[in-house]
Amino acid sequence: MQRYSGFGLVKHALRHHEDWQRQWRNPTPKPGYDVIIVGGGGHGLATAYYLAKEHGITNVAVLEKGWLGGGNTARNTTIVRSNYLWDESAALYEHAMKHWEGLSQELNYNVMFSQRGVLNLGHTLQDMRDIQRRVNANRLNGIDGEVLDAEGVQSLVPIMDCSKRARYPVMGASWQPRAGVARHDAVAWGYARAADALGVDLLQNTEVTGFKIRDGQIQGVHTNRGDIASKTVGCVTAGNSSVLAGMAGLNLPLESHPLQALVSEPLKPVLDTVVMSNHVHGYISQSDKGDLVIGAGIDGYNGYGQRGSYPTVEHTLQAIVEMFPIFSRVRMNRQWGGIVDTCPDACPILSKTKVKGLYFNCGWGTGGFKATPGSGHVFAASLAKGEMHPIAAPFSIDRFHSGALIDEHGAAGVAH
Amino acid sequence: MFHIYCPYCEELREEEEFHPKGQAHIARPEEPDACSDEEWGDYLFFRDNPRGIHHEMWLHAVGCRKFFNITRNTVSYEILETYKMGEQPTVGAEHLAREEKTAREGKTDSVQVAEGGQQTVGASDAAQASVKGA
Repeated sequence: MQRYSGFGLVKHALRHHEDWQRQWRNPTPKPGYDVIIVGGGGHGLATAYYLAKEHGITNVAVLEKGWLGGGNTARNTTIVRSNYLWDESAALYEHAMKHWEGLSQELNYNVMFSQRGVLNLGHTLQDMRDIQRRVNANRLNGIDGEVLDAEGVQSLVPIMDCSKRARYPVMGASWQPRAGVARHDAVAWGYARAADALGVDLLQNTEVTGFKIRDGQIQGVHTNRGDIASKTVGCVTAGNSSVLAGMAGLNLPLESHPLQALVSEPLKPVLDTVVMSNHVHGYISQSDKGDLVIGAGIDGYNGYGQRGSYPTVEHTLQAIVEMFPIFSRVRMNRQWGGIVDTCPDACPILSKTKVKGLYFNCGWGTGGFKATPGSGHVFAASLAKGEMHPIAAPFSIDRFHSGALIDEHGAAGVAH
Repeated sequence: MFHIYCPYCEELREEEEFHPKGQAHIARPEEPDACSDEEWGDYLFFRDNPRGIHHEMWLHAVGCRKFFNITRNTVSYEILETYKMGEQPTVGAEHLAREEKTAREGKTDSVQVAEGGQQTVGASDAAQASVKGA
């Protein structure tokens, strides 16, 4: 792998940028692999990378029906934080946060991770009590967090309407300074390039059409490019997880919903942090390019159409203008939808299944992007050892029958 | 934006008057106390999540405030029929298979009326008017 550096950039500039190495190969599928990862998004590519890097398993294929990082990895609002309430989820997201902090160096790829902090606003007394509880829980788990009052919020974000005249006055917020945003595409590309360099085959335009299962053990997958054998298969397919599970005769407690986001025309720097509000239901940050990146809730109905509904756009923008009257005349540039696989307890599923050797990593719902490195890291360890990693173990699919749910609706259910 | 035919109001109304309420036709176990953990968990948490035809409950929240059912394609978002609580759908997965077969055979019959259902599928104005007038 050709390493990227400032010196390299100068060297290539002298050659008119004509001989950059391709970031990854475009191999033809081998008849079999040690491990197959289905789904070439951020989580799948991260899994493949950590399998090769930390566990020495390089005979790995990532099967992607479209192009790498073309699903939810390309469609989210890029927010990274770890201020979750319960111990199990705090451990998982903080595991990811620690990876984020060194990711650009590790991958030799600038993922533009910017720890500009995240505010979660409170607009009611109950909001504030929940915020205090969550921040206290975070601190006990070693995760940074502060409770701010309205003046504290106003001094961080001068352009926000924190006055008492607002329809839903801001009473305060939780503040995680280590949280922030990252360049979503670069995360997928960085993992893809690093995994490819370690020998992982990234097979694009390769759609899984079925599983080969004999005596309760996975033997491989059927694809549109022929059968590929493997005794270990990990499915990381977000919104399409239920479809894939159906092919293996499994049922998952997931519902796929469209979640949309939109960006405005580029503006000069005006907002240097991330503002989220569960109560008025919107979240916003400003990208390095200058456009406002805006998101809100899912469309309530099931859908696989990768587009959102107009009423949701309207509600989202109402929330943004309620918080930021200054943005009332900003024009929106683009709007899109991704398909999120929501779980009844708003926590993911990282689990073995009834089929031996077949694993699922899904159910991340509206907040999977922030977990990309941690999810890939613990899922790779689970695939390599055949036993779920201790951080992943509480997220077994068995919890929906044992009742040991991890109810994160307070921290995860609405805003991301 | 959906235009949804409420089978109780007998009118097409805009999506914003309605709330989706999840999968339809889920029977509560007759004896919850006798359920195994597996059966009870399945009843509480496991839902159909098809890529294709889905039967779901909707609430006419700011209209008649009644629940009713919709058969909808979760990829094209096309509403194939709406029907009252207690009634059974007339359009199922076989509808999709039939449609795909039609497409394969190159027929260009784009006007379809869901048999027995109230909502029309990609129907012409005339066909819709006839359903509304019925």
